[in-house]
Amino acid sequence: MHLDALLLSRLQFAFTIAFHIIFPSFTIGLASFLAVLEGLWLATKNEAFKILYLFWIKIFAISFGMGVVTGVVMSYEIGTNWSVFSAAAAPVIGPLLAFEVLTAFFLEASFLGVMLFGWKKVGPRLHFTATALVAFGTAVSAFWIISANSWMQHPAGYVRLASGALRAVDWLAVIFSPTFPVRLLHMVLAAYLTTALVVGAASAWRLLKDPDEGESGLALKMAIGMFAIVAPLQLLAGDMSGKLALRYQPAKLAAIEAFWETRSGQAFHIVAWPDRDTASNRWEVSIPRLGSLITAGDANAEIKGLKAFAPQDRPPVFLVFWAFRVMVGLGVAMIGLGLWGGFRVWRGGLAGDRWFLRATVAMGPAGFVAVVAGWVVAEVGRQPWVIYGLLRTTDAVSPVTRGEVSVSLLAFMTIYAVIFGVGVLYILRLMGEGPLAPVAALGTVRPPGYALGAAPGDPPTGSGTRS
Amino acid sequence: MSLDLPLIWAAILAIAVLLYVMLDGFDLGIGILFPFAGSPSERDVMMSTVAPVWDGNETWLVLGGGGLFAAFPFAYAALMPALYAPIILMLLALILRGVAFEFRLRGRARGKRFWTIAFAAGSIIATLAQGLVLGGFIQGVTLKDGHFAGDPLDWLSPYSMLVAVGLVAGYALIGAAWLIWRTEGELHARARRWAWIALAAVTVLLAAVSFATLLVHPEVGARWGWTGDGFDLAQLARLSPIPLLGAAGLGVAALGLRRHAHGWPFFGAIIMFLSGYLGLAAGFFPYVVPYALTFREAANADNALGLMLVGVVILLPAIIGYSIWVYWIFRGKVGADAGYH
Repeated sequence: MHLDALLLSRLQFAFTIAFHIIFPSFTIGLASFLAVLEGLWLATKNEAFKILYLFWIKIFAISFGMGVVTGVVMSYEIGTNWSVFSAAAAPVIGPLLAFEVLTAFFLEASFLGVMLFGWKKVGPRLHFTATALVAFGTAVSAFWIISANSWMQHPAGYVRLASGALRAVDWLAVIFSPTFPVRLLHMVLAAYLTTALVVGAASAWRLLKDPDEGESGLALKMAIGMFAIVAPLQLLAGDMSGKLALRYQPAKLAAIEAFWETRSGQAFHIVAWPDRDTASNRWEVSIPRLGSLITAGDANAEIKGLKAFAPQDRPPVFLVFWAFRVMVGLGVAMIGLGLWGGFRVWRGGLAGDRWFLRATVAMGPAGFVAVVAGWVVAEVGRQPWVIYGLLRTTDAVSPVTRGEVSVSLLAFMTIYAVIFGVGVLYILRLMGEGPLAPVAALGTVRPPGYALGAAPGDPPTGSGTRS
Repeated sequence: MSLDLPLIWAAILAIAVLLYVMLDGFDLGIGILFPFAGSPSERDVMMSTVAPVWDGNETWLVLGGGGLFAAFPFAYAALMPALYAPIILMLLALILRGVAFEFRLRGRARGKRFWTIAFAAGSIIATLAQGLVLGGFIQGVTLKDGHFAGDPLDWLSPYSMLVAVGLVAGYALIGAAWLIWRTEGELHARARRWAWIALAAVTVLLAAVSFATLLVHPEVGARWGWTGDGFDLAQLARLSPIPLLGAAGLGVAALGLRRHAHGWPFFGAIIMFLSGYLGLAAGFFPYVVPYALTFREAANADNALGLMLVGVVILLPAIIGYSIWVYWIFRGKVGADAGYH
């Protein structure tokens, strides 16, 4: 393979953004979970909610910090590696990214300080407000970034000037481009699902160690409630998203399903080995006509195949096809886990069902894998375009050299490996200790400024203590 | 009446970058001073003084980058590839020091040591990289048809290295002044010693960078009345309030240190930064890529700038308001005991 600056830039962007999305996927959901926990604590005065809040906020702090620092990278990398894209896209999506900074990033960053360190500085209601604002900020951030990405998937509300430059003519059409609402829903549900699976896994792990740990039992029930409802909803949102791809990005849909020929009554390929060189599947295991039924809602519908597009306009098929199957396969497993968990909650004996607990632990990382796989489908499926139909990825790259990008890619991989390894270790260590671990057992000398370094039982108002 | 949108946006971005330099400047400065702390517990206190606010401070950098992309996309597209290496270096260093805030608390003995070093090294390298970006920017960028057409290492020169060292001294100064303001006891006394040293270094380096800039950039030199072998005093006099402001900042900082004031050294150091910043602006306005691209040439479409201005008018006062509120919440001395609660 010829490693030129373009390919290296694509690898670097894919690596840094895939790494980054892991953290927002988790913190969007976790911020809401924390707001719910704190709200329930304030409403019920049930100490278990506060114990869970003070436990999960530590994990939130680590994850959020990693999300912030890897996110700062993105706002510069668009320019360092994709300067042609920046100059072309800014007249239309520039304001969307600026609004993300103004409406979300400052809100999150400022109130995060109050949330993490203000436990004793502000009253409980104000502290809850800070938590809620951080949660709101994470959702607003998702709104703008999915809006910008959706515009790149299917540009709307713009004109092309004689000079070739793009101009927005209808901002609402730009912000709410046709695929945006469903894709935002799909991403936010994915974030909630990811978080619920992590909370469920950590709680199940504790229950395997100590079936009587009430706080973990409570958290597990909350997690099951979340993923049992959200996983089936996500299937519907995903289906709607697929229908939009059929309409607006038929080449992507053809790649997702490895359809080569345009025909009515497309077969559904459960698994296949798509080969771009021969423009066919080397082998496939298929169900007749189901492909048309799933993608268009009609078993006889005619669906375009990849051969309907010029070879240089076809996305990479193998990666898109398989990433989609990984995502959907995990989604189905999540629905199954939700049914199993729902049944256990209904019939009782949750903490005693060790196989369910083990399965829940095993599914802990499933959300992250599904999110990254889903983004691979979205982004690789859009290729060879960076702005669909308007700007090819090959034309968008910066005038940088192979040497520069080789070094930077290696540096990113090294640093990210270190912070990911260490961050995951610290998070798993906290999860292993569980919500009732005494602070001293965390093994570090707390600096005095660290609010959570106080005994978790110290209430901000003086009412109630942990027994 | 029609608004001069590019001019308004140039002002907004200039303020955002200035705020970034002042705000993240002192928390990067804490990292620069980390190796000189007397004990691990002093380091804990130093970090505690900025832990609740560093994330908000760094967001101004995102506004700087994102804002440049959104408001002056042609400058963004020209500068980022030209300054590729120092920008990536800055980002990587900021990652290491940013995660260190949490990781340092979670690590056991070995981990804590590692992340202490990472915080210090990351802060120093990020500052050096920002100095190289600034130096490379001042030197100018080779453009062809609006795109970078120079050499990947154009930014690296004795001049940019001088700017980088100067910025380390500058951040160390506001970091030390911040600690004087926000700590007490032994650390407070130590911070005053650091501030004296940093103040001397900044005075020398700021003067050196100022003169070097006149020599490196004849256009800047001409604006300041530098003719090659002497100053055109009439020309210099017009801009003299800027260096005088710097001298006043120096005076306030030095007098504050001498009289053992707590807040004045920080204020004086900030005034010195402001003067350096205004000095640069006076040398470059209206260029946003020095002597290659003016802010008008680099500006985004008017309808994009107008839409964003509506957002800024509503949101920026709110952002500034709640940022000040957060600083207010965490006001006061941070002690070695549980003074934070």
